[in-house]
Amino acid sequence: MAVDEKTVAEVAHLARLQIDGELVSEYAREMSNVLALAETMNDIDTSDVEPMAHPTHAVQRLRDDAVTETNQREAFQQCAPSVEAGYYLVPQVIE
Amino acid sequence: MHTHSIAAIRRHLSNGDYSSKELCAHLLARIKQLNETNNAFIEITEKEALSAAEQADNTRASGGAASLLGVPLAHKDIFCTKHVRTSCGSKMLKNFVPPYDATVVDKLAASGAITLGKTNMDEFAMGSSNENSHFGSVANPWDNARVPGGSSGGSAAAVAARMVPATTGTDTGGSIRQPAAFCGITGIKPTYGRVSRYGMVAFASSLDQGGPMATTAEDCALLLESMAGFDERDSTSIDQPVDQYSAELNRSLDGLRVGLPRQYFSSDLDAPIADALQQAIEELTRLGVSFVEVDLKNQSLAVPAYYVVAPAECSSNLSRFDGVRYGHRCDGPVDLEDLYKRSRAEGFGREVKRRILIGTYALSAGYYDAYYLKAQKVRNLISQDFTQAFENVDVILGPTTPTPAFKQGENSDDPVAMYLNDIFTIPANLAGLPALSAPCGFVEGLPVGLQLIGNYFDEARLLNIAHQFQQVTDWHLQMPADIRA
Repeated sequence: MAVDEKTVAEVAHLARLQIDGELVSEYAREMSNVLALAETMNDIDTSDVEPMAHPTHAVQRLRDDAVTETNQREAFQQCAPSVEAGYYLVPQVIE
Repeated sequence: MHTHSIAAIRRHLSNGDYSSKELCAHLLARIKQLNETNNAFIEITEKEALSAAEQADNTRASGGAASLLGVPLAHKDIFCTKHVRTSCGSKMLKNFVPPYDATVVDKLAASGAITLGKTNMDEFAMGSSNENSHFGSVANPWDNARVPGGSSGGSAAAVAARMVPATTGTDTGGSIRQPAAFCGITGIKPTYGRVSRYGMVAFASSLDQGGPMATTAEDCALLLESMAGFDERDSTSIDQPVDQYSAELNRSLDGLRVGLPRQYFSSDLDAPIADALQQAIEELTRLGVSFVEVDLKNQSLAVPAYYVVAPAECSSNLSRFDGVRYGHRCDGPVDLEDLYKRSRAEGFGREVKRRILIGTYALSAGYYDAYYLKAQKVRNLISQDFTQAFENVDVILGPTTPTPAFKQGENSDDPVAMYLNDIFTIPANLAGLPALSAPCGFVEGLPVGLQLIGNYFDEARLLNIAHQFQQVTDWHLQMPADIRA
């Protein structure tokens, strides 16, 4: 399916990506090409085929409900762009 | 010393011919010099390496004998290294210093290996040429005007230029095997779940798998023995004992049945590559291998299925980069949405954004069934093709890449043309099978790789075949003229 600029803008919003001006039409063209490649899969009938989400059909392994990780807040917050008093700072959300 | 394999280094260190510190210092000098031209390294950890090497020498003096004690290597910059920047080739993680080590890094260090640095790569492992790195492209040591392949391009170039005897890589659609082929080295992508993904920055979680890259199959076996194994921190890690790969290298190949997929040897295959493979087939026939044709009839749909599944998983995985907990944050965000949107727009490069957009589209309401579900069904068919083939053969052999290394810039304007480079490597990722690339010849001075695809957990067999092939050929010993000197 050919993707138009409006669709690129919608998808970019869903993905929380700012995409400016002329790049929108370039992404529209590139996405259309990749989706055209994907659509070659329609050449075969897969109505009786089970979808394969995972190569070894693995299911989530469960562990004992026990505390195994220690608190490393300080170590983790060292890589954060902005923290204060142990909290991550973001622009004000609630007035 | 820089031309020594790991197997040779282990002997020399044990005989006292040189110390780990001498070896590491020699290689670090080479890395600093050659990196000016090939840009294979993003980070050189000289101080830490020399101190670890000295410690390894002391351990050896007091009787220590871990399997890789004092052996130098480098990690793809996708593996988290404690207190050493892990950029994943992205501006997004340009200043990211992880507070922990990836399991692979941990395990290799526990075996005594010394890390000399972090290697260049396509941003977030998305690319087949290493041209998508925020830190610049990497030159192929065989021809600086050509790409080393990707995404583990720095890892492959570093080994090919003999800057380091081995590196780690990751392979989501061919990212170990394709650069190994382009640079004339050996690399193996293990069975999905064999090597822990903990601390390996995620791209497409149902496809990603780490593995070793080195000059020989024997070295890959030695490395994989240390890297592989169950890890409770990776929910898809498989709890099964690790084979002693190096102990199986000398098994006879007599009576082995190898399948040649009709679809891999079509008339579309580059004639010189087909010739190199034919010679390899004849060599293996002399070692007692018999060849039969196999049918992987849905192969042509592997690239389309992959370029839906991988972007879908990428769009989900990369949503974690939001400018809040780690990674790039834009200046002066006016509100939270602006913070997300601009931080991500500034932090991600072109190819990563393209894949996020495609993946988001394929997963969005109204398109999910047509693209993502369809791709998962096709993935099942591709996997079934392999299951059927392995009823009749032990291993599958084919080319690693459709062409030798291409020129820098040659495919960068056309994503679809770039994606088709992965046509022979993607199927093994979709099925989760182990696959190896080893050098098997040259086309106009550029290395060519042969690919072996095995059944689940048959890494030992792949390494055994490649090792036996390397006993009767010397393609893996070739190195670029200026490196040999």
